[in-house]
Amino acid sequence: MFRRLVQKLRLGVSSLMLHKLRSALAVLGILIGVTAVIWLVALGEGVSYQAQQQIKDLGATNIIIRSVKPPQESSRAGGSFFIEYGLLREDYERILANVPTIRRAVPMRELVREVRRMDRVLDAKVVGCTADYFALNHLSLVRGRFLADLDDEQLENVAVLGHKTAAVLFPYEDPIGQTVQIGADFYVVVGQTAERTASAAIGGSLEAREYDTDVYIPLSTLRWRIGDMVVTSRSGSREGEIVQLSQITATVQDLDEVDPTADVIRTLLEKYHKVADYAVVVPKELLRQAEMLRMLFNVLLILIAGISLLVGGIGIMNIMLATVTERTREIGVRRALGATRQDIILQFLSETVVLTGMGGLLGVALGFLCKPAVIAIRWGMQRILPDVMATLPANIRNLEPRITLWSIVVAFAISMVVGVVFGLYPARRAAYMDPIEALRHE
Amino acid sequence: MSNASSPAAATGRKCVARIVQLRKTYRLGNGLEVHALRGVSLDFQEGDFVAIMGASGSGKSTLLNLLGCLDHPTSGQYFLAGRDVSRLDDRALSSIRSRYIGFIFQSYNLIPQLTVIENIQVPLSYQRRETPGGRERAIRLARLVGLGDRLHHRPAELSGGQQQRVAIARSIINNPHIILADEPTGNLDSATGAEIMDLLEALNRAGRTIIMVTHEPDVAARAHRIVRLRDGRIADISNNTPLPAS
Repeated sequence: MFRRLVQKLRLGVSSLMLHKLRSALAVLGILIGVTAVIWLVALGEGVSYQAQQQIKDLGATNIIIRSVKPPQESSRAGGSFFIEYGLLREDYERILANVPTIRRAVPMRELVREVRRMDRVLDAKVVGCTADYFALNHLSLVRGRFLADLDDEQLENVAVLGHKTAAVLFPYEDPIGQTVQIGADFYVVVGQTAERTASAAIGGSLEAREYDTDVYIPLSTLRWRIGDMVVTSRSGSREGEIVQLSQITATVQDLDEVDPTADVIRTLLEKYHKVADYAVVVPKELLRQAEMLRMLFNVLLILIAGISLLVGGIGIMNIMLATVTERTREIGVRRALGATRQDIILQFLSETVVLTGMGGLLGVALGFLCKPAVIAIRWGMQRILPDVMATLPANIRNLEPRITLWSIVVAFAISMVVGVVFGLYPARRAAYMDPIEALRHE
Repeated sequence: MSNASSPAAATGRKCVARIVQLRKTYRLGNGLEVHALRGVSLDFQEGDFVAIMGASGSGKSTLLNLLGCLDHPTSGQYFLAGRDVSRLDDRALSSIRSRYIGFIFQSYNLIPQLTVIENIQVPLSYQRRETPGGRERAIRLARLVGLGDRLHHRPAELSGGQQQRVAIARSIINNPHIILADEPTGNLDSATGAEIMDLLEALNRAGRTIIMVTHEPDVAARAHRIVRLRDGRIADISNNTPLPAS
């Protein structure tokens, strides 16, 4: 039985080799289809993996409450005004006191400030936080230590530098023990964090959260030294914002507790905030949305792939019909020599499956070139159109295609199925010819 | 069985194939009926060599197709290997062809992409049971027909006579009960044709039953019996040379 199958396949290959170019062209459609499936799935998986990784970094058991600037009333011409919004320190206390499922809550205040070291200046994101912030955001250190609880209690002027901040301010030296200036105050550097990829965008802003240009100082020190007010000068007017806390990150024990806890927090905050100057973000929800998006994307891809393989299949069928007509005499001879209809069907079907199978294999081989191709395209773009590259979003610029096993299996299986489906009609046509007519065929 | 000769009684040979009152009517698209065979009965003994002659339209091709199990008769019976095969379905007929019948065609009909030994082995590949030593047998047959040095050539690399020799080797690889030859020398010059006929005669002497359609009298003269068809009926049977007693 097995020997027969091998024999059939060998016969298929030798018949196809009679028309190398024709077979190659016929297989092109399948090849492109299979390669397209693998590439598109790999790119899609790459994007969604990145997104999921970023969301996961936010923590699935976390609930993030952020201050959001409410839509502004028409700004008064000239003069100056202040706008006060966002989360209050009271909110933090209230949440901690009233929501029992919360295991830990970490308040944080961030603002952009000029950070100096001698003649070196950097617009850094100054983050006022507590010791818990370190673990919460999966930061890691390359030097020194992170902020401690005691720093906060004693209003110490200490700072931990982000990776890029340290690189800009201290290009040649060890920053530990040195001082940096923020506003009018000096801070002693006690640590430096390792490089960290950005995490997902939250709270309505499209920007992903970058960590490398951060400077971490104790929250109490920030309140004492810098205060709640941020003043920005515009032409002719000055604008002030008073924000007490930028963000509170609450952590619950169990994944199941996330949604009810978020609801409780929403109800609690609604009571004390007349306008919606805050947002409650549930990373778990984001994760679910991303998962949905990914599935939608995959369905779309499979649809596209299906169409391309359909087109490829029709091409194959066309070629096989031509082959059957061309080999009518051979079919007649084989029938006369004892071939059953089933033998003829198997002969042509195996020929078609060999054809599409080869296309599938080549397609899979080309599919593995996805990664090098993306790297080459990125390199080429960087050389030829660096400006365009710079405008692309970070997650496209840093896209790493992820070739998944299922896409290879599915693509190859589809190519085989296409062979059977589109080979069946020509094969049946061959098998149901009248052998006498076929023998007479010129 | 009125117009069928029965030399079986005379020679005491086994009857390998028998047709009884075989009729074949083709119905054309416009409702007309064409009677290709109007009741033909014949016996074929083991070791027989029968030439079927007749003008075109006399029904000789139809008869050959029926004998070759490529078609069903409209009525009548066809006994081959001891059973009536006239009503078998396509699958069973294919099996009969692969086991009991050898075909030789006017235009050789070798499969172009296969080599000489592969071509000779084609009938074996359609037998339900595996034939051990098929390749060795094919090589032996190729030597027998004088193509021992052409085993791996493809048909396009052979002359017409050589191709027909391959076809003859192919027709006997399955040890058929009957060999059907359709104008085996029709595409060959007379010298090559004579060589092919020598080969067929040799096979016949070795005990093969051959039924041959031809319109060349000198080719037909090589057979033991000549059956002449006219308008779908047997017009005349002449015994050329007697069958040697078994």
